[in-house]
Amino acid sequence: MTIAMPLPDADTLERREEIAAALRAIVPGEGVITDADALRPWESDGLTAYRQPPMLVVLPETVEQVSAVLRWCHAEGVKVVPRGSGTSLSGGALPLADAVLLGMGKFKRVLDIDYEDRIAVVQPGVTNLAITQAVEGRGFYYAPDPSSQIACTIGGNVAENSGGVHCLKYGLTTNNVLGVELVLMNGEIVRLGGRHLDPVGLDLLGVVVGSEGLLGVVTEVTVRILPKPETARAVLVGFPDAERAGACVAQVIAEGIIPAGMEMMDRPAIHAAEAFVKVGYPLDVGALLIVEVDGPAAECDHLIEEIARIANANGAVTTRISRDETERAAFWAGRKAAFPAVGRISPDYYCMDGTIPRRRLPEVLRRMEELSRQYGLGVANVFHAGDGNLHPLILYDANVPGELDKAEAFGNDILRLCVEVGGVLTGEHGVGIEKRDLMPEMFSEEDLKQQQRVKCAFDPDLLLNPGKVFPVLHRCAELGRMHVHHGVVPHPELPRF
Amino acid sequence: MLEPRDESDLREIITDAAVGGKNLELCGGATRAGFGAPREAEQVSLRALAGVIDYDPAELVLTVRPGTPLAEVQALVEGEGQMLAFEPWGGEGATIGGTVAAGVAGSRRVTAGSARDHLLGLKAVSGSGTAFVAGAKVVKNVTGYDLPKIMAGSWGRLAAMTELTLKVLPRPRETVTLVARGLSVEAAHAAMACALGSNADVSAAAQLQGGEILLRVAGFVPSVEARCLALPGLLAAHCPVDRLTADDAAPLWWRAMTGGDLHGSVRWKIHLPPRHAAGLVRRLEAVGANWAMDWGGGLVWIAVDRTDDLVRAEAAALGGEAALVAAPEEMRARIPAMHPRATGAAMLEDRVRRAFDPQGVFATNRFEEVADADQL
Repeated sequence: MTIAMPLPDADTLERREEIAAALRAIVPGEGVITDADALRPWESDGLTAYRQPPMLVVLPETVEQVSAVLRWCHAEGVKVVPRGSGTSLSGGALPLADAVLLGMGKFKRVLDIDYEDRIAVVQPGVTNLAITQAVEGRGFYYAPDPSSQIACTIGGNVAENSGGVHCLKYGLTTNNVLGVELVLMNGEIVRLGGRHLDPVGLDLLGVVVGSEGLLGVVTEVTVRILPKPETARAVLVGFPDAERAGACVAQVIAEGIIPAGMEMMDRPAIHAAEAFVKVGYPLDVGALLIVEVDGPAAECDHLIEEIARIANANGAVTTRISRDETERAAFWAGRKAAFPAVGRISPDYYCMDGTIPRRRLPEVLRRMEELSRQYGLGVANVFHAGDGNLHPLILYDANVPGELDKAEAFGNDILRLCVEVGGVLTGEHGVGIEKRDLMPEMFSEEDLKQQQRVKCAFDPDLLLNPGKVFPVLHRCAELGRMHVHHGVVPHPELPRF
Repeated sequence: MLEPRDESDLREIITDAAVGGKNLELCGGATRAGFGAPREAEQVSLRALAGVIDYDPAELVLTVRPGTPLAEVQALVEGEGQMLAFEPWGGEGATIGGTVAAGVAGSRRVTAGSARDHLLGLKAVSGSGTAFVAGAKVVKNVTGYDLPKIMAGSWGRLAAMTELTLKVLPRPRETVTLVARGLSVEAAHAAMACALGSNADVSAAAQLQGGEILLRVAGFVPSVEARCLALPGLLAAHCPVDRLTADDAAPLWWRAMTGGDLHGSVRWKIHLPPRHAAGLVRRLEAVGANWAMDWGGGLVWIAVDRTDDLVRAEAAALGGEAALVAAPEEMRARIPAMHPRATGAAMLEDRVRRAFDPQGVFATNRFEEVADADQL
């Protein structure tokens, strides 16, 4: 529990009743929650080690209400934390004691589907999977598929720029979103992008996607939908060690193949998964690779043979090609159950999310083993091998005093290692509070200030989701936001702080 | 024209301009200098900041300096069996930095994304002369704001890029163009939509004036063959299709992708919901426009001789946005190059612009600036 949140503002806490009354005037009925017991379910997101009941929760149902809530909070200097379904693994939706938690769960409607132009317009509270379900009857789907897709919402996906196992071929959220309606902290409603490609002007949409709820609240999303591939096939390959599995991955890509998914598991992850779901994973291997291709049947048949050939040339000890959908599902069942499977062998686990250049994998795994010995905590690795996105799962027991702190320190060392070898702190889970204090490992003071200047253009009073992403919050005036043109200060009569 | 030799030169030039209240226009090969209003700012060419910094084909990542000629970058990745999947194109002397800053994408854009989707990371110098880094050199990253997105297509209005990291992808082993001829605009459009909405994995679809559509099928040979066999059946309700030789197909794709040789002294580039593309060209044919269509109808090139903004009005009426890409100087002085935005979005955009360039060093009158974006 080493991550500190900003100290609550005593004045705001004292005004809680007044704030609740004002928000009830905007969102009548049951839309404002203040009862301590009723606030309990909102106290954390997917980063459950951190809990903080919000000052109150507001659940608007219309864009006008969102705008009015934000406008009021802006005018009164009250902080706001937006939330989708609360599945963030980095604490992006962690409430603050002195902030309004703005839940977008009531925005659940699919507004329009245009099959001719291959887009869907949905409200932000629609789940990721529900988009696919809405269009699959006509042979379409929404490509990004984070593992929480049955629960996570598209609004949250936009905030976090969510990925999934298929993003090497199909991209992250940002590559699949065409437009949003966004409410700024001052209540202003703006549209960025829309129903066509490459809108005019600066790509503000590109910055809003992945901004972790710090720039605005999304109230409508337009996504691209894709024709569902004709078929998919997978191959399950066991290697004596991660080095040879990594060489296989590199050769697959070097031969021009971009698989739909390419997942690696290390020995502890394989054993945990097999013990849990019993799908026939080989237990005598050091690394397991699942490679999936999708597309026309002729393509899948061709590529799966090519991949099997490459695997064998790289020292595979077992190679199984899926013969039907049941077998393909079985290959994935273990990988998809890897997290709960690890949850069975350890009281608690902590999921990390760095990306590395793939060629550095053997070295990173070796040094992770050293760290594991040093901290006395086990680690199991699942890995989006195609794009270098590592998910080490650190095994610990929160009931043992000090072990959570040790797990966090171990995790931080892993992420430092990722940056050291040329990678990044987070490939898909976001910075949130979790990696906030590690940002200086990857970015200089100037780099971070440039990002914060963009924040200031959207939310100059820093009221939206404070305490997330940035390790140090500079006031916007400090960052030189004020526009001094040819030495003339605009509005010289106004006081500047 | 100023030509900095390295980043430190560039920082000095920009800092001096910021202090002295001078305007600078960033450029690469200046091949698209005719876009935007006439202006007097001094040009700063980044051509001398050239060369490949790192290229590891297996990692799918290329890091390059902005002044590297686009053709050189394309030849380099082709040599490794790879490509820039957004299919950038440019004239003689175009640089990779300029091409990305102009947000240029070719026919594959409809399925593979634009420059913004393939710019992973960068180094740049802001309008206050400060160097900063954004994004990273790996293909999957969500650490901090995605500033590379906003730098792609920013036309040098935010910062001077000194290093770009781009995603590269394997080049298809085989590419076949299927063609259908003699179709009405509406029938051609329906056939394109059908092909792009099918699972035959059509990577590009274009329509040319005169009732021709082009469909591109690319990938591994057995897959391409199977899809070329399947497509006539999928399109049975629309039109018969034939194969074109690569030599015959190339100039047709070029016209769709670039507007090529369309006749007319004024050139517009329209982005719009594809379902309205047929309606748009019908309305503009009535006033004598020549046109070509790419991205399944999401991009329409219009060539006319008239120098008013009727084309922009017609595009706007159908939910589109029209950029004035080539016109006589008198017209460019009068009509903004970029489609006007709604007030709220325009003011937000201007605040973001000043987050990178507080002194307005890169605000050259080339594009319309909002007078006072703080007044909300």
